[in-house]
Amino acid sequence: MMLIECPHCGPRDENEFRYGGQAGVSYRPEDTSDEEWAGYVFLRDNPKGWFHERWFHVHGCRTWFSVERHTLTHEIRKAP
Amino acid sequence: MTHPDFLWRNPEPRPAYDVVIVGGGGHGLATAYYLARNHGITNVAVLEKGWLAGGNMARNTTVIRSNYLWDESAAIYEHSLKLWEGLSDELDYDLQFSQRGVLNLAHNLGDVREGRRRVNANRLNGVDAEWLDADEVKKFCPVINVSERARYPVMGATLQRRGGIAKHDHVAWALARKADAYGVDLIQGCEVTGFEITDGRAVAVRTSKGRIAAGKIALASAGHTSVLAAEAGIRLPLQSHPLQALVSELLEPVLDCVVMSNAVHVYVSQAHKGELVMGAGIDPYNSYGQRGAFHVIEAQMAAALELFPIFSRVRVLRTWAGIVDVSPDASPIVGRTPVEGLYINAGWGTGGFKATPGSGWVYAHTIAHGEPHPLAEPFALDRFTTGALIDEHGAAAVAH
Ligand SMILES: [Zn+2]
Repeated sequence: MMLIECPHCGPRDENEFRYGGQAGVSYRPEDTSDEEWAGYVFLRDNPKGWFHERWFHVHGCRTWFSVERHTLTHEIRKAP
Repeated sequence: MTHPDFLWRNPEPRPAYDVVIVGGGGHGLATAYYLARNHGITNVAVLEKGWLAGGNMARNTTVIRSNYLWDESAAIYEHSLKLWEGLSDELDYDLQFSQRGVLNLAHNLGDVREGRRRVNANRLNGVDAEWLDADEVKKFCPVINVSERARYPVMGATLQRRGGIAKHDHVAWALARKADAYGVDLIQGCEVTGFEITDGRAVAVRTSKGRIAAGKIALASAGHTSVLAAEAGIRLPLQSHPLQALVSELLEPVLDCVVMSNAVHVYVSQAHKGELVMGAGIDPYNSYGQRGAFHVIEAQMAAALELFPIFSRVRVLRTWAGIVDVSPDASPIVGRTPVEGLYINAGWGTGGFKATPGSGWVYAHTIAHGEPHPLAEPFALDRFTTGALIDEHGAAAVAH
């Protein structure tokens, strides 16, 4: 189990959190092409390495926040 | 019959092949086998970065079934099941394919409606399916707790009698032996690190054993497909996750069918050797680490004990994880890519083992003809743009 540092509660067990996937995906306006829309809806990065991602402290303070986590080692560092 | 010392040669790569398959797991080996058998294409290399069938092929729970909801899925998985039914004979190797029946349990009214609907959909597609009420479930599988006082009472189940399990190692070895006999080079310890693309066409792979030219390049790399595709400049709608499974200590025969439950989140069968084989859902985060968190195992065990109180004192022998590539509609992606000569077979997520022969069959056809096999056509990459999704979350979100 990973230890994830909530910015409000400090380090807490992974099973208090819900995963939110890639961070920094901004909403697109409606006048996009089908390809752009498909990209917004379905395409997310899937790197083997550092990944900027969202977590939700659902069983705690209910804060959404971002971290950088290594997808091979599961090491976590604070997002820049 | 004396057993041969080696089932396949262990060659070094030649400088060029007609087809290079990236990934020596079940799907890659099946693809190589059917390229040779069905299309006479034998100047083929299968490149495996580790050892043959040491990834998800060695880590899955071997459940085989074809009771998917939508027509497109039923067609491809049923094709695969029909191939399974003749595969031991064809490969001249006992795959220990055992059609012992697969139960999918219903624990609430929503499950019941969904299950009955699935039975009807399956039958319309020529897939064998039955609905069992709770008493019939008890008769079919006496060790399940069907008490009304259970936390998640069993209200019925779908049953596919032709579903079952097979011995995954035997499947890999049998396919590898036949492919090798056709002249396919199975090359282990050869990691693909990039592609040579000229005028929009893939012409070679760069590997840890040097450059290998290829008429066509076919990805069969499961959880690592995104990483490879990125080397070719392609972004895929895939996310890689750990999927854990476990085995118990060896037991006398106690469970003679496969039991799956989406609501309770576990699936269980007993291997020929005697261990209970159990799997559950993915760990939620992206990972290539081939391991998951123990609380996921704990939740899976809690679910199993709900259904099988008789297993309460059984000990876990071993847990592990494989990396599965999950697509947005829980259906695979098979076909061409934006790069000419580069093909993709990915996104089988948590349920790829059952598809091994069917996937290899349609992928080999797609590669040989440069056009998708009719059964593969609906699973093209462009469905995420056209919107023609094949949403199998109901059938496949948890299991398999
Ligand atoms: Zn918190």
